[in-house]
Amino acid sequence: MGVFQVANPTDLMISEKAREARKLIIEMVYSANSGHPGGSLSIIDVLAALYFREMNIDPTNPNDPNRDRLVMSKGHASPALYSILSLRGFFPRELLMGFRKLNSKLEGHVHRGVPGVESSTGSLGQGLGVAVGMALAGKIDKANYKVYAIIGDGEIEEGSIWESFMAGFKYSLSNLIVILDKNNVQLDGFTKDIMPMGDIGAKVRAFGWNVYEIDGHNIHEITETLEKAKSSRNGPSLIIANTVKGKGVSYMENNPKYHGSPPSDQAEYEKALNDIKELKP
Amino acid sequence: MTSESLREKYGEMLVKLGEKYPDIVVLDADLSSSTKTATFGKKFPDRFFNMGISEQSMVSSAAGLALSGKRVFVSTFAVFLMRTYEQIRQSICYNNVNVKFVVTHAGITVGEDGATHQIVEDVGIMSGLPNMKVIVPVDSVETKSVLEYLTEETTTPYYVRLSREKFPVLNEPDYKFKEGKSVTFRDGKDLTIFANGVMVSYSLKAAEELRTHAVDARVVNLSTVKPIDREAIIKAARETGKIVTAEEHSIYNGIGSRVCEVVSEEYPAIVKRLGMRDTFGKSGKSWELFDYFHMGVQDIVKLGLECFREDKK
Repeated sequence: MGVFQVANPTDLMISEKAREARKLIIEMVYSANSGHPGGSLSIIDVLAALYFREMNIDPTNPNDPNRDRLVMSKGHASPALYSILSLRGFFPRELLMGFRKLNSKLEGHVHRGVPGVESSTGSLGQGLGVAVGMALAGKIDKANYKVYAIIGDGEIEEGSIWESFMAGFKYSLSNLIVILDKNNVQLDGFTKDIMPMGDIGAKVRAFGWNVYEIDGHNIHEITETLEKAKSSRNGPSLIIANTVKGKGVSYMENNPKYHGSPPSDQAEYEKALNDIKELKP
Repeated sequence: MTSESLREKYGEMLVKLGEKYPDIVVLDADLSSSTKTATFGKKFPDRFFNMGISEQSMVSSAAGLALSGKRVFVSTFAVFLMRTYEQIRQSICYNNVNVKFVVTHAGITVGEDGATHQIVEDVGIMSGLPNMKVIVPVDSVETKSVLEYLTEETTTPYYVRLSREKFPVLNEPDYKFKEGKSVTFRDGKDLTIFANGVMVSYSLKAAEELRTHAVDARVVNLSTVKPIDREAIIKAARETGKIVTAEEHSIYNGIGSRVCEVVSEEYPAIVKRLGMRDTFGKSGKSWELFDYFHMGVQDIVKLGLECFREDKK
């Protein structure tokens, strides 16, 4: 790896998909005049890498029993998941603008009625447990699929997350890969002020998990680490993805306000789209 | 009258059904020797998950197993399942998945363990959840039939409430449970007693005694709390005009409340409710507690007679 690391074409392609998704995220929350852009923009690079390279999925056969599963445990990142699923071909792009509106399947928080969604989520701390259950089922069935869960760094303040860490270790769920979107911000402020978690990696390692730490906006690091986690034979893996809340929109970055607020006016909306256009891969 | 344990029957049935259906999985939270799921665990260790004292992840994981095509049974004491209300709401009921909660040690028949373990609010809590159905079996025979029905004919969430104590066997061995259909154990024309669980046998005794007061009481088992048998309630209101409800549960949000809702909407009639009156339980022998909390046979008789006293006002 040289000083001037050049992104290979596939990484670049994934970055471009993430850029398209970022644009859709902003369009969705602006159109709905509500929603959670911050935590959607922080996890979108990971999602793009998963859905465009790492996951074994087929949009034309979303119920294939051998498919990989992903549970968006931080269910408020619905704009991120919905936009990636649409870009990946699970449903037409026109549906995205129904987000948070009556008579649309695109509920405010992740909803199982949407093609490609594996479980409804929205109340924090539950999706990881659901993923544990899916991984247990995969083990019973001796299936080859992987189960992914995306959790937030505010979300790990829920005790139920640590219950699920215990279960993942007990049942040695090598087919379970959890990505922690460590963007350091939650609704009320910075995680270090609301509930300091200390060395999360050390804590989860002490629970018996394989732990990796990466730059959650570096496609190369994301995919390389996912490959390592996929080949695990000795239990579940946690990938701590260091991310920036609101990544790609200058005024949203690291700003708790944009955990759950859309661009406040047309100028902010246009600024967001322009920032995304100019974002370097 | 012989008495049999409903939870023993549950353990036995899990093994039988588990042999027939390889997609049945069972989860427990460190109470498997009491809930009787341990029998299944011994027989099918690969399909049994003791999740430790971690009810929240147990319930979420049950959803994940069901979303992966398993028929899932989840057991713990009724009181401890309640801490996972929100997991049940979001991961089970909103996903509308095939998870059956079969809980034991509900109500005051837990006895000596006392108030902390005697939940009398659970039926109400579970009944309020969309997609959830609630069943309180009257005896071991009904428990068996309910479990067969749930396994073979349903794919949505259910809450089945069992107890620690043995209950008198009231049904014939070939009885078949029908969801949402009550069972009349004794017909009568002056008064209807709606009950479920152990209170049905108490009500049958009360009906005998009411006969000595020239009151001909009907006794109906409302084992399905949700969906409730509206037809039987309206029929009772129309034919007997007076109703007593009896349950090992709070008078709030159980069959007492449900019966009141139906009669006030459809056919107003006097309803007197017997149950725990907005109070916690207490340590004691389980059968002593029924008298202590005014939920014994004599208390049902008294309520029944009160219906007539008010009639003369």
